[in-house]
Amino acid sequence: MSAELKEKDPMFSLKNRRLVSAPLNRDNPITVQVLGICSALAVTAKMEPAVVMALSVIFVLGMGNVVISLLRKTIAPRIRIIVQLTVIATLVILVDEFLKAYAYNVSKQLSVFVGLIITNCIIMGRFEAFSMANKPWPSFLDGVGNALGYGLILVIVAFFRELLGSGSIWGYPVLEKIGLYHIGYENNGMMILPPMALILVGIIIWVQRSRVRELIEKN
Amino acid sequence: MKGLRRALDRIKPNFAKGGRFEKLHSTFDAFEAFLFVPDKVTFTGSHIRDAVDLKRTMSFVVIAMMPPLLFGMWNVGSQHFLANGMETGLWQNFWFGFLQMLPIVIVSYVTGLAIEFGFAQARGHEVNEGFLVTGMLIPLIMPPDVPLWMVALATAFAVVFGKEVFGGTGMNILNPALTARAFLFFAYPGEMSGDKVWIVDKPDAFSGATPLGDAMIAEVSKIPSPMDMFLGFIPGSIGETSKLAILIGAMILLFTGVASWRIMLSVVVGGLVMGLIFNLVALNDYMLIPAWEHLIMGGFAFGAVYMATDPVTAAQTLKGQYIYGFLIGFLAILARVFNPAYPEGMMLAILFMNVFAPLIDHYVIQANIIKRRKRWERARVKADLNNGFKEEAHV
Repeated sequence: MSAELKEKDPMFSLKNRRLVSAPLNRDNPITVQVLGICSALAVTAKMEPAVVMALSVIFVLGMGNVVISLLRKTIAPRIRIIVQLTVIATLVILVDEFLKAYAYNVSKQLSVFVGLIITNCIIMGRFEAFSMANKPWPSFLDGVGNALGYGLILVIVAFFRELLGSGSIWGYPVLEKIGLYHIGYENNGMMILPPMALILVGIIIWVQRSRVRELIEKN
Repeated sequence: MKGLRRALDRIKPNFAKGGRFEKLHSTFDAFEAFLFVPDKVTFTGSHIRDAVDLKRTMSFVVIAMMPPLLFGMWNVGSQHFLANGMETGLWQNFWFGFLQMLPIVIVSYVTGLAIEFGFAQARGHEVNEGFLVTGMLIPLIMPPDVPLWMVALATAFAVVFGKEVFGGTGMNILNPALTARAFLFFAYPGEMSGDKVWIVDKPDAFSGATPLGDAMIAEVSKIPSPMDMFLGFIPGSIGETSKLAILIGAMILLFTGVASWRIMLSVVVGGLVMGLIFNLVALNDYMLIPAWEHLIMGGFAFGAVYMATDPVTAAQTLKGQYIYGFLIGFLAILARVFNPAYPEGMMLAILFMNVFAPLIDHYVIQANIIKRRKRWERARVKADLNNGFKEEAHV
């Protein structure tokens, strides 16, 4: 019976909308689940690669979740990791080739990190935790939601790193235009280095937890 | 004095629980404790109360920092006038350095204390005296020409991310003053290294390189005489130049028992050992510098006396302190000679070992536990054997 009822779940029911909105804040893959940190450090020195990375992950995770969800009943549990990896690898290669063809410069900046989407913990995590046990449509929403949550943090971190580290936003030299360098300002070289991305992610976690207090661990 | 006490007593109820400014009570407490000795006593349990509390400890460190600070002021002026080819007297040099130094000290204290008070207020903690030392150390390890906004930014970064995120004074992993310097070193390398920043208003024709800078580019012959480096008539960060002044400070710290002699000694030994190893290997001119000369170059002495001995971030166990100090000296000289990107290795060596101090302590304690357990087991076996013999004798 309950399966029948679920069948009639409207496409954008509250539950389905939650699948997208929860990862944006209180179930965020980076700040709450602390997954996918490596790429958050590597590709966020500038806005452009961060946004491209976010879009790639949205594509891979959304499509991957659908594929796995469709296959979920035919995958033998013992070999599921191999099947999952094959699906991710296929999608990542598609993205990589697409970027090489249509956005060559960004593709060069991202270099190995597009290929390394395969090892992004968020993707395997969602396959294992969600799409192996849910229908394609909710799986798609879950995938897009988590990838958006990941992308959101990436873009926030990249915004501050590019603004403070290179004095520009999306390659446009904002700080030079408003004449900040004339009064003795200098770009912060530490912002370009990966440790600063970690500290920025830390600040985001701090801000988030002081706003959403139930996220604070008690021990 | 009595008037002040009375004024404080009059407004005190406002800051007590239920008073009008209850929220500001930690700020009030801080000022009261700063002006008068706090009158708090414990009522329950037995506590050993030592007269050397945090405030006293910190005051001693600040006193011990006075010799390098005063000499640093004079040297800033002296180097400036020397570079510009002017003959000046003692007071003129000192006055110039004092004016150069004062804004840096004020900026460092105001930024740091504002953040400390803010955090104490938000958390309902008491403001403690930890920043009195950090706020003075930060100016001492800056180049004299550093822009003030950078001092403010670095201080804010160090206090928030070096200290407050870990829970405030006593909980920090990294030395906050060195965190401030490391932040500037990586964020604004142009203002923190090279040969332009060590002399105020340096004319272009004058070489302002520090001895370490000269050594790094294999111009060992340009290194000033050991006597100059020991007395401090060289360009460098404000507080680090005079080893004599630092030695006086070290005496004060050791005499008052604030700093650990084990750490200071082992840092020096570590540096000497690495220096001697380099002397034996002797691949280039830099490696041929006598090992003892490394001790009076750059910030080695300053770091060994004021930074490595920070009781919060150093190793706590006595054996651990030897290991901790030795590795600081060892790594500092290693980084100095080998890595062209970091002419001075002391800052990174100390920060690195700060991170490892808890690990060293852990293993020292574990080793002690294992040793005592073995002793106890041996004693038990012996006792069992004795009992066995007795029983046999009875049969």
